[in-house]
Amino acid sequence: MYSFDYERPSGINEAVSAIGEDDKFLAGGQTLLPTLKLRLAQADKLVDLGGIAELKGISVNDSEVTIGAMTRHVDVADSADVKSAIPALSFLASHIGDAQVRNRGTIGGSISNNDPAADYPAALLGLGATVHTNKRSISADDFFVDLFETALEEDELVTKVTFPIPEKAGYAKFPNPASRYALTGVFVAKTANGVRVAVTGAGTCVFRQTDMEAALSSNFAADAISGIKTESSGLSADIHASAEYRANLISVMAARAVKAAS
Amino acid sequence: MSVENGIGASVRRKEDQRFITGNGHYLDDMNKVGQAYGYFLRSPHAFAKIKSIDLSAAKAAPGVVDIFTGADMVADGIGGLICGWGITSKDGSPHNAPPHNSMAVDAVRHVGDQVAFVIAESLEQAKNASELIEVDYDVQTPVTNIAKALAPGAPQIHEEAPGNLCYDWELGDKAAVDAAFANAAHVSKIDLVNNRLSPNPMEPRAALGEYDMGSGDLTLYTTSQNPHVARLIMSAFLGIAPENKLRVVAPDVGGGFGSKIFVYAEETTTIWAARKINRPVKWTADRSEAFLTDAHGRDHVTHAELAMDNDGKILAFRVSTQANMGAYLSTFASAVPTYLYGTLLSGQYKIPSIYVEVQAGFTNTTPVDAYRGAGRPEATYVVERMMETAARDLGMDPTEFRLKNFIQPDAYPYETPVIMTYDSGDYPLAMNMAKDMIDYSGFAARKAQSEANGKIRGIGTAAYIEACGIAPSAAVGSLGAGVGLWESAEVRFNPTGSVTVFTGSHSHGQGHETTFAQIIADKLGVPIESVEVVHGDTSKVPFGMGTYGSRSLAVGGSAIVKAVDKIVEKSKKIAAHLMEASVEDIEHDHGVFSVAGTDKQMTMGEIAFAAYVPHNYPADLEPGMAENAFYDPLNFTFPAGTHIAEVEIDPSTGIVDIVDWAAVDDFGNVINPMIVEGQVHGGVAQGVGQALLEGVIYDEESGQLLTGSYMDYCMPRADDLPNFRVATTNTPCPSNPLGVKGCGEAGAIAAPAALMNAIVNALGKDINMPATPEKVWRAINNN
Repeated sequence: MYSFDYERPSGINEAVSAIGEDDKFLAGGQTLLPTLKLRLAQADKLVDLGGIAELKGISVNDSEVTIGAMTRHVDVADSADVKSAIPALSFLASHIGDAQVRNRGTIGGSISNNDPAADYPAALLGLGATVHTNKRSISADDFFVDLFETALEEDELVTKVTFPIPEKAGYAKFPNPASRYALTGVFVAKTANGVRVAVTGAGTCVFRQTDMEAALSSNFAADAISGIKTESSGLSADIHASAEYRANLISVMAARAVKAAS
Repeated sequence: MSVENGIGASVRRKEDQRFITGNGHYLDDMNKVGQAYGYFLRSPHAFAKIKSIDLSAAKAAPGVVDIFTGADMVADGIGGLICGWGITSKDGSPHNAPPHNSMAVDAVRHVGDQVAFVIAESLEQAKNASELIEVDYDVQTPVTNIAKALAPGAPQIHEEAPGNLCYDWELGDKAAVDAAFANAAHVSKIDLVNNRLSPNPMEPRAALGEYDMGSGDLTLYTTSQNPHVARLIMSAFLGIAPENKLRVVAPDVGGGFGSKIFVYAEETTTIWAARKINRPVKWTADRSEAFLTDAHGRDHVTHAELAMDNDGKILAFRVSTQANMGAYLSTFASAVPTYLYGTLLSGQYKIPSIYVEVQAGFTNTTPVDAYRGAGRPEATYVVERMMETAARDLGMDPTEFRLKNFIQPDAYPYETPVIMTYDSGDYPLAMNMAKDMIDYSGFAARKAQSEANGKIRGIGTAAYIEACGIAPSAAVGSLGAGVGLWESAEVRFNPTGSVTVFTGSHSHGQGHETTFAQIIADKLGVPIESVEVVHGDTSKVPFGMGTYGSRSLAVGGSAIVKAVDKIVEKSKKIAAHLMEASVEDIEHDHGVFSVAGTDKQMTMGEIAFAAYVPHNYPADLEPGMAENAFYDPLNFTFPAGTHIAEVEIDPSTGIVDIVDWAAVDDFGNVINPMIVEGQVHGGVAQGVGQALLEGVIYDEESGQLLTGSYMDYCMPRADDLPNFRVATTNTPCPSNPLGVKGCGEAGAIAAPAALMNAIVNALGKDINMPATPEKVWRAINNN
């Protein structure tokens, strides 16, 4: 770790005005801190968002679940309100990384980092969530741009995420045996605006499987997608899995997610 | 008379209180006044010549105390690291052991090779300065794969080792084997890869060097499994300091699995540098360095063939192996694929003739050496995958095939065609017990049930054997070892009756403080709370060969028993004098000395007190109650047993679920059944890791390590493992006074073969370790 300055503001505006060109926001730190420790990243200053009360918390009404950016995975996993409104979201949060990661990691940090194998992007894209920042609101379809790239500008900070409550939704994940990130994870939701199928871990960025969406729109059942393959070209390949294997996992996980949907 | 907490009792481990409450004394917890911090600049390249190193900017950086390179150590007369076991090739030539400097002199040969040692007031400053060192590398094409390294035209890694060959070794009667194959009714063949593993002890390696200018004494605190051997090598071969001026201390050490046996560059450099700067220097590896530099394990490629008669009886076994040594020859690396491997290829079987040849070679990878089991897991993997394949080829049940070919319980001592003389055992008993425990006969019904659920079930067996209690000095000496593998102990009574035991074994998780105390409690009636076990300090313990190869109890424990025998002998003389009887009439039972046929008796405590306050004492006896013993075993010990694994595979993902596991191990007599069971659990977990999850991967083109963190190198976790059914059989070992065989490695030796046999049984075809979900899925889907 290289040395850096550290600030812990108590308000959103204060945090945004504190951030300079070579500075970084610190959320749960589950990616940033190990990267800094390995000297793979460097910051002049860390602006710790942990002291900003308005970024934390969960609220649920008839149509939406709203989660503050600095809400930890464990809090989403354990929330009775989330469990009752969108059980798949609570299930997803309870399977992120390990207990230590869930006790520190936050939804805002996770989606801002946009790791291609992170779990939350699948939930946002699958549920058609909206990301709120200090400047604007961004639909999940527009938020996740590419590998570790989002629509966020330099001085833009995620404040909360709103999830429309679906008719039913399910998430199935095949964890990377080593890291327990998603080797492939599929989030399936039947919503007022149609069926959405979001895939994480298999490509450079979370994406929608539109063939499956079409099939599930006419029949929301695992059998409806049993014949649908995903083209492996363009999917990720690394020491953990080939593109062909990930393509297979998309089919298997999608079917499991549909079966699990509630 | 039975004794509380004696031999056979599952006593809770005395040492766990301090470990669990964070009161252990691990190396990085230690700090010395005036201490500086060391950091190694390491090679980013797998293979490169060093054209120049410019330290000027780095030396001027804030906080830098000094920076050293390999050239500085050479100029100071410090020798290279050594390999302590000489192997002779088929043609009679000694193995090639190219120079292995602690820091690179003219070339780097693996990613992570040491280039410079930066010492600063803080670790951050040392790291910052290391980034200012300018090294001009002439990058060479690397080779990481052993088959490619030994093929013609491969990059030449060391001038001293043409064709990258370390040795081309053989064992057994080639002509007899060839003849048996020529006349065999059946021949089965198998090709195997034994994957490369990273040892991953919980505590990374570390060193703290200290120099006393007044006395000239050097003290090295280090994470060692064998501090005396480290001192011997550093003194005799590297010239760090004479043995009497070098103290090596290994305090609480957080696991080793073999990787802390070896004398490494970093520890050596740290103690040398402490004298150079006349200040204490501390170096602690981070996890990335551990992946790059802790000696790896396994990495064999093997072809094996088994010849059988019409009746399914084994006639001969032929094995050819290529073993990857890495970039340099580590401390005991040469012995692992030879005398710790080829000598175990008879397994539990009566095989009339065996021939094995092993080519060991260099690659641009981290050195490979002993890792839990060391050679014996490789042997068991070859033998037991071979047996399963042969049974399948013959259409026989694999357990019946084994039972037909086992060495029978009345055949001991049994001399194998590959040097070893097995001393005791009952192989059919262990196999039949394991089959009962796992309901082997009910497998077909369970398989049908799995099939109905869309799953594929498999069952696999491994009947392993290992040679432990390493080792009879004369035997290993004749095979090329540079050391004798005896052990020492001192049992010292304090005047008030408590006992301090000094052992040359070293505990880094094994529980010696409890097990050895149980021996004292049992033999001398001393409560285990009153027994202190001291280990890991060359200034306290007479000498020691350390802990590895499941040797601590069989060899170190036997040394303690020999010292206890001397204590008893002396105590009898004192008791006879004090109770006015003749020595012949004194009877000893668990620390109580009585005069035969009378009610006169004295306790061990009373006698020890009399020995230190000898107001009324035999005229011909020395006062005091402390005895030393050195024990050199008569033979190896031969733990053996059967593990059976049952798996269920999900064909849609290829994921392997281990649904059942039966382990029956013959460890001879058992001192603490709970600790033994824990060792079996841990060993099996490591074996499961090898079979399913673990594997060091290098990029073949660049030689970069791709599995350099836990994000990519997969360690087994609790939820990867089933509940184990564990049992022991206990045929006492005839070659040591405790009748014990050793239990530390059995699980890691048996598990990979049992599990892979189960997977192969389910799939109906061979795959190599690790059996990752994708590999299994591809095998099922034929792509």
